[in-house]
Amino acid sequence: MLTYLARRLVLALITTWAITVVTFIIMQLPPGDFVDAYVSQSSAMGSSISAAEADAMRQAYGLNQPFYIQYLKWMSFVARGELGLSFEYGRPVTEVIGDRLWLTIILSIGAILVTWGLALPIGIYSAVRQYSFGDYVFTFVGFIGLAIPNFLLALIIMYVGFRYFGLNVGGLFSAEYALAPWSFAKVWDLMEHLPIPVFILALAGTAQLVRIMRANLLDELRRPYVMTARARGLPEYRVILKYPVRAALNPFASTIGYLLPFMVSGSVIISVVLSLPTVGPLLLRSLLSQDMLLGSSIILLLGILTVIGTLLSDMLLMWIDPRIRLGRDT
Amino acid sequence: MVDPILQVRDLHTHFFADEGVVRAVDGTSFDLYPGRTLGIVGESGCGKSVTARSILRIVERPGRIVSGQILLRRGDGSQIDLAAQSPDSAEMRTIRGGEIGLVFQEPMSSLSAFHTVGNQIIEAVRLHSKLSKKAARDRAIELLAMVGIPRPAQRVDAYSFELSGGLRQRVMIALALAAEPGILIADEPTTALDVTTQAQILDLIRRLQQERQLAVILITHDMGVIAEMADDVVVMYLGKEVEKGPVDTIFHAPRHPYTRSLLRSIPSVLARPRDRLATIAGSIPHPFARPKGCPFHPRCPDFMPGTCDRDFPKEVAIADRHSTACHLYAS
Repeated sequence: MLTYLARRLVLALITTWAITVVTFIIMQLPPGDFVDAYVSQSSAMGSSISAAEADAMRQAYGLNQPFYIQYLKWMSFVARGELGLSFEYGRPVTEVIGDRLWLTIILSIGAILVTWGLALPIGIYSAVRQYSFGDYVFTFVGFIGLAIPNFLLALIIMYVGFRYFGLNVGGLFSAEYALAPWSFAKVWDLMEHLPIPVFILALAGTAQLVRIMRANLLDELRRPYVMTARARGLPEYRVILKYPVRAALNPFASTIGYLLPFMVSGSVIISVVLSLPTVGPLLLRSLLSQDMLLGSSIILLLGILTVIGTLLSDMLLMWIDPRIRLGRDT
Repeated sequence: MVDPILQVRDLHTHFFADEGVVRAVDGTSFDLYPGRTLGIVGESGCGKSVTARSILRIVERPGRIVSGQILLRRGDGSQIDLAAQSPDSAEMRTIRGGEIGLVFQEPMSSLSAFHTVGNQIIEAVRLHSKLSKKAARDRAIELLAMVGIPRPAQRVDAYSFELSGGLRQRVMIALALAAEPGILIADEPTTALDVTTQAQILDLIRRLQQERQLAVILITHDMGVIAEMADDVVVMYLGKEVEKGPVDTIFHAPRHPYTRSLLRSIPSVLARPRDRLATIAGSIPHPFARPKGCPFHPRCPDFMPGTCDRDFPKEVAIADRHSTACHLYAS
């Protein structure tokens, strides 16, 4: 068990390092650099910047140094927790990301919980009552859910919420709290705004997880141990919940790994539509303006979230599956 | 002889698939007595396992009992027709495990890998008794010792994948007997085990049977196991019962051509090298294309055209407790 944990931790560290390299390469990939973007932006607005000025800027930001030097410089800052200045905002990256990260995490966890709360029971129902009317209804609704782009769903729900229920849609805060310091009232305001975005984000994953759960459980229901449990005289609900559902949760746990970053990156468009102050839209803007330090910090953050998520799901698997815990496979 | 503990009367269990109806069990009748072993023998797909599942009412959809009776004599002397019960009824649940225990073929996958064997045995014990957790755990250890598992106090906390195939099958037997049922149904209990372990498991079943006057239904395709274990034998072919009788009669004076063919295909230590093992010609027909008349006629060495392919033969009594369903013996 300890070897398993140790191996996972070492792998996680190596992966994290690899992510920093890849992140850096990605940021270098687009032609030109921030200064080019800045120059073209300025000339579009009417003021021109001379080549000498541009070179001076490159000098100041260290953009003309070789690739590996830039990487090492960046890494030495990152290691100290300093992610540098955002070119575009002219403020430290940590400050720009700041609260957005926490809001993103709160939103994601809320969405994951709602996803599971919906997908687990529906999946179990659909598998146990395979080909029943209810199963067909959930399958139909599920496929429609998969087919409709989520931002469209977000728009529809926003419209309906605003038009017919007078709900406060868009954003996570009312205007008077948006820039206010944290207070009890602000937290309450956040709670009031959370349900709609959480629900929309959750719907994105629910249909998919229902299909996964249904398929997993259908596989498990045919196993002999289900029949033996039944032959022991257990009531049907206990047979199902204790044995096959438990086994079907296994692949479920391993999906957490990519659920975490998916909630951040996959929700960019939804976040833009709902004008949520989360990390997603920030990433989009930083990429558009080639704000290298901000963009690479977010990509790095996403990578690390993936690693943490995978590590968490590994530990969860270890907890629920004795075969892994005891280091054996059958 | 004492009264039978279980009487199966003309049992029909059919599966209603989209492609048609599979008559998995199509008219089976037998009696089971305390302290005796009834062997049900036949090739794969002849309805042996479905018979067992029908008795416990755990036939999976789209299968269901169409007609027939399954009469169980209970501890208080009353009789209950299991075929008339609802599969989900509380009554049926107390009978499952409580009065009839079941051991399956696959010791590898018949236990949950996510729970310790103790957890599963304790669950079965407490389901059918009012023992406390502590007492049920002691009982589980006792049961493991009873089925001959070494160091039961430690093994109770083991997971099934930490045990060998033979030990797992012993756990399965302990599990089936957790609530002290009077009937044990063993569905191919030794098929997945190696030969030495097979003999040990069969010995164990026999010992437990003698100790507690268990009525055992032993389902197998292995005539050797039947010869060793059974008192009475039912030979099944495609859901039909073709011959039944005491084990000596079946082995020494078999009447039905199918029984004879089965017996001929047992490998013998007396055979000379390079002698070919006798086999039964052809293979089992597809379940949706059951032959008309006697289902065995396309493979039968004594096939009588015009008779065997027209009507299903009636059961003919050959001697006391020995009968067969074959046109050869029709009067």
